[in-house]
Amino acid sequence: MAKQIIEVTMPQLAESLVSATIDKWVKQPGDMVDMYEPLCDILTDKVNAELPSTVRGKLVKHLIGEGETVEVGTAICLIETEVSDQSSQSTDNGVSEAATANPQMQPSASRPLVSASVSSAIDSNAPMRHRYSPAVQKLAAEHGIDLSLVPGTGEGGRITRKDVLVAAESGSAKLGSASTGGAPSSAQPSAGAASASHFVPMDPKVPVRSTGMHLTESPRIPSVESQAQEVPGRGEYFIDITPIRNTIASRMRQSVTEIPHAWTMIEVDVTNLVMLRGKLKDDFQRKEGINLTYMPFLIKAVVNAIKDYPIMNSIWAVDKIIVKRDINISLAVGTEDSVITPVIRNADQKNVPGIAHEIDDLVRRTRNNKLTLTDLQGGTFTVNNTGSFGSILSQPIINYPQAAILTFESIVKKPVVINDMIAVRSMVNLCLSLDHRILDGVICGRFLQRVKENLESYNLDTKLY
Amino acid sequence: MPVIEYIDAIRLAMKEEMERDSDVFVMGEDVGLKGGVFTTTKGLQLQFGEQRVLDAPLAESAIAGVAIGAAMAGMKPIAEMQYSDFMFPATNQIISEAAKIRYRSNNDWDCPIVIRAPIGGGVFGGLYHSQCPESVFFGTPGLKIVAPSTAYDAKGLLKAAIRDPDPVIFFENKKCYRLITDEVPDEDYIVPIGKANVMREGSDLTVIGYSMPLHFAMQAAEELSQEHGIEAHILDLRTIQPLDREGILEAVAKTGKVLIIHEDNKTGGIGAEVAAIIAEELLYDLDAPIRRLCGPDVPAMPINPPGEKHFLLNKEKLKTAMLELARY
Repeated sequence: MAKQIIEVTMPQLAESLVSATIDKWVKQPGDMVDMYEPLCDILTDKVNAELPSTVRGKLVKHLIGEGETVEVGTAICLIETEVSDQSSQSTDNGVSEAATANPQMQPSASRPLVSASVSSAIDSNAPMRHRYSPAVQKLAAEHGIDLSLVPGTGEGGRITRKDVLVAAESGSAKLGSASTGGAPSSAQPSAGAASASHFVPMDPKVPVRSTGMHLTESPRIPSVESQAQEVPGRGEYFIDITPIRNTIASRMRQSVTEIPHAWTMIEVDVTNLVMLRGKLKDDFQRKEGINLTYMPFLIKAVVNAIKDYPIMNSIWAVDKIIVKRDINISLAVGTEDSVITPVIRNADQKNVPGIAHEIDDLVRRTRNNKLTLTDLQGGTFTVNNTGSFGSILSQPIINYPQAAILTFESIVKKPVVINDMIAVRSMVNLCLSLDHRILDGVICGRFLQRVKENLESYNLDTKLY
Repeated sequence: MPVIEYIDAIRLAMKEEMERDSDVFVMGEDVGLKGGVFTTTKGLQLQFGEQRVLDAPLAESAIAGVAIGAAMAGMKPIAEMQYSDFMFPATNQIISEAAKIRYRSNNDWDCPIVIRAPIGGGVFGGLYHSQCPESVFFGTPGLKIVAPSTAYDAKGLLKAAIRDPDPVIFFENKKCYRLITDEVPDEDYIVPIGKANVMREGSDLTVIGYSMPLHFAMQAAEELSQEHGIEAHILDLRTIQPLDREGILEAVAKTGKVLIIHEDNKTGGIGAEVAAIIAEELLYDLDAPIRRLCGPDVPAMPINPPGEKHFLLNKEKLKTAMLELARY
């Protein structure tokens, strides 16, 4: 039976505990200690406890005095235990676990250390002598070192990177210095350069890093590019989509894919309206400060017709049709690169000059980008003055989710048969696209007839106010 | 410069950033009056009120999800996971939402959140209080991951994380909280994300790691220097995603021998990627096989003290491995 001295360390008694204080030693040097018997009382931030012994034996020495605070893991006392011969063999190298785990740390290790002298003998039979690492080969090539002349201080006689660096510095192993015979190589620092004929160097400047991913920088976060840009050498160029273009695109697509569109047209004689406007416009300009166009007359005629056929002012809600009480007319206003539909609210409560002012205001603010979100919301029926750009016929797409859209085409003078006589009259086409889920031909025909009657009933006696 | 504890550095960083920017707020389990289970957020609710220091329900997925939503609406949330062991219910939010928002919205949206989560064992915490989940999140493009080892870096990196426009996971080591103290300046500073730091200069071997095990490496290096004249070069990655490639290559090229250490288990860990980078770029500068010293590939940290000790890295294990590599 052999004796062994065991260190008892301060255990971790609770989470995040890093130290503890020894309050009082229960066992004194010379006392016999059984397994789990209290050795001492300890105090910590969290708990006060007795420290049980982890071994059985005789307490030899206190390493830490009462009242001292030590880190977790610190040895606090030594206990002498008896061990069987078998186990003593495996542990007689020392009590520390780490030491037994690593025989190379034993002071008895005879191998030279990394920092050992380079003058140590070259043992060409050492097991690692001819294993050259990439770093060793590269440095040898760069400095023109003959590796057979370099002492190896690494494990198993291996030539380490540091061995080559030492040899390069001392110039003791230059290529060719062995074959020149006799001449001490250290005296001829230029010998290596002179013997360059059989010196096959690797050019250290040739890049040896080869993979792409880690060489290139991480992809940069792209910034949103603006406006049109030429792609050189190509027969096309790209225009980036603006947010408004994107909105128009998605709304149009939604409308044509969701709404089954039907289309109809009616021809209206607006000769009297043309004369009425001709009579009033100068006066109106003077009084109101704005142009009198045909649009307020048209909108008034449309609104009055919607009053008679309220189903025109509705939306499809799958299991029901929602009819809106307020008549809010969306007015399609084109700019250079977009079309926007600001809303004339409660158009049924306004007279022609009131609508004229509203149109003037909305058009001006649209062109100046001064519209607010509320200007664009709540429309229930859309009117588009396509005649303003010369169209005589168009097939509009419904302003989703409304039920219909009406266009006012160009006023054109035409020969027309009235009471079997031919007369020259100012004629205009009104085109209507309708949601065929809500509306059918008959109701729309009646609605258009009512708009037509309303427009044709304007005459020179009509009062604006 | 005052010497403060690692945990105080984290609290100071949050306090200063909340004072600097009213969009910054903290959310987590018991972060309010209690100040968090480790007292990391102690006093913040008293100073900033319940609107900016929010006690969350026991639902990590909600903590991350609410933080992501708040971030997308313009706030700068700091979401606290009580232990990183508990953050797996939030993994979907973090990986599938936070990490991808900027990419999938074509740069229209971003998600400036910080998720703080304590990692690491050695605190008698067992299975549910000791895990190192870095490898779960590592390799997820769109996430940044930092894991400081010193109080200085903890403060500077947390400030950088809060100011960063993208999601950052902040893995703080719970063992470091009160164990690690160092000098931290009073004035405002940040530690840039993505930059490694040379903790110790040396020419015999390079040790690369992050978080707590680096302190074992530093202790081992001092002993190796005194007992054997071996000088270790020690690199603290600090940021584990994105890795500081140039910093790693420079540190390895210096000695040609590299030991990579972390507490997370070896297979598929950060060290595997670091080793691959070195192997890809630096073959001709290697003087020894790349080595790793990591946690064992077992499912969990044991609760019994000998098992825990066996699982964890320590100074002796580091010293053995470093000496062996230096002698190679």
